[in-house]
Amino acid sequence: MKSLLKMTWIEAKLFLREPVGAFFTLVFPLMMLFLFGSIYGNIPSQYFGGRGTVDISVPAYTAMIIATTSLVGLTITMASYREKGILRRLRTTPVSPLVVLLAQVIVLFLMTALGMLLLVVAGRLVYQMRFDGNAFSVLVGFILSCLSFFALGFVLAGLMPTARTAQVVGMVILYPMLFLSGAGFPRELLPEAILKISRFLPLTYVVTLLRGLWIGDAFSLHFSEVLVLLGILVLGVLISIKTFRWE
Amino acid sequence: MDPIVKVDGLRKTYKTTVAVDEISFEMQEGEIFGMVGPNGAGKTTTIECLEGLRKPDRGTISVLGVDPQRDSHYLHLHTGMQLQQSNLPERIKVWEALDLYSSFYPHTLDWHELLGQLGLEEKRNTPFAKLSGGQKQRLFIALALLPDPQLIFLDELTTGLDPQARHAIWNLVHEVRLKGKTILLTTHYMEEAERLCDRVAILDHGRIVAMDTPEKLIQSLGGEERIVFTVEGVLPVEVKKAMGEFGRLELQGDRVAIYGDASQASLASDTVSLLAKMGIQFRDLRTEQPTLEDVFLKLTGREMID
Repeated sequence: MKSLLKMTWIEAKLFLREPVGAFFTLVFPLMMLFLFGSIYGNIPSQYFGGRGTVDISVPAYTAMIIATTSLVGLTITMASYREKGILRRLRTTPVSPLVVLLAQVIVLFLMTALGMLLLVVAGRLVYQMRFDGNAFSVLVGFILSCLSFFALGFVLAGLMPTARTAQVVGMVILYPMLFLSGAGFPRELLPEAILKISRFLPLTYVVTLLRGLWIGDAFSLHFSEVLVLLGILVLGVLISIKTFRWE
Repeated sequence: MDPIVKVDGLRKTYKTTVAVDEISFEMQEGEIFGMVGPNGAGKTTTIECLEGLRKPDRGTISVLGVDPQRDSHYLHLHTGMQLQQSNLPERIKVWEALDLYSSFYPHTLDWHELLGQLGLEEKRNTPFAKLSGGQKQRLFIALALLPDPQLIFLDELTTGLDPQARHAIWNLVHEVRLKGKTILLTTHYMEEAERLCDRVAILDHGRIVAMDTPEKLIQSLGGEERIVFTVEGVLPVEVKKAMGEFGRLELQGDRVAIYGDASQASLASDTVSLLAKMGIQFRDLRTEQPTLEDVFLKLTGREMID
């Protein structure tokens, strides 16, 4: 327990010292919000079922943060820890590998949550963002989405031979997915053909779930999203256990 | 007293390459035991089998009374390891690394004191990536000492360090040994093994070709001594012949080496008076005592090349 706390604390500091990771988790989403907020404002629109751009962007950008921390942050950290021999050094101590992995999960979860919190606060204060959901449901949906994507990140880190390939593959998966899933900009603006493709992207389910819960949908309305994300989580954990390597 | 390390018939192959071939040795408590040999001799593979990082194909290993494969947790609690290939996160500060690693063990030395002992006090807030090679190694030694272990593994401790940093590390190892720790180290610097180790195993092609104290290994050469000097121009044939009677003669360009018996005290004076009598200009004359390097050369017929 002592080692988990210490490791989590140090990993959190290391995360914040890495400017690129901290930027994409904490700053970039805010910049997007202010950019599109200043262009479109937050006036209710029939396009978005009577809601404004900011109202629908906050849950979508939250999905974007989840995907970025998982597929880029987590993947690169784990792959480079393995490649550089950081895990190898840890392996010669009595510390459990579970502590090492858990510290990563906790830190990335907290940072992702912080990223979301910044969006919510900015949306509220600057654009009078509307929120009709149940905070507890949103939190549950957020946790499920995070865990599911962290599992994907661990799978990717386990499968990729080096930190460099993990980074390239992570980006190649991430960027198209950000735009096609409706995380980067509203799905309402995407053509029909792309919407069909988006059904095969895991991030689409996060966007749909979070946006739904945001406007007060019950979980029962999002049975399929929950099922898909749970499936990814279980499968991801199983595969990452199989593919985990110390070196 | 039971040996602290006991290796019997250790063998490890990677695909078709035999890395370690039937290695056996024992270590007693309080001893500094060194494995020396060129790259690829099997030193690191052997030490990593003992650390539990690699699984041997054959043979038995007992470290602190346990099998490293079966009881790695016990081993990790009671040994300190410095690995050849390992790292810390780039941006972790020196004190944070020590503080973090302290949390892994139920009982540790006070890392604040270790910082001072290892000369890292000024670097306590420096990120790992900004440390020099020697400072990184000192930090790794600190991490190895942290659990106050009975047994310490040091793998290629000074490889890639400049001579000054290497001497600083040697002094550290001396201090550690004064605390009564048992140390297993590998190196491909013969001088390092000679200076630090109580006993040395010379490895070549995965086998131990000799194992004894450095003094005895050197004595086994038969008390050879050599005179080395540089001449201007070519040595006349009759001089070569006369010198050949002192001992074995070796010519390399303008460098001349005579290998003689160390007990024959007159070797140096005989050589000088011969050169003077014949009026041959020479410089840089010196006598050299044999080293472990010579032992290796004699045993394998090859020079140690990095």
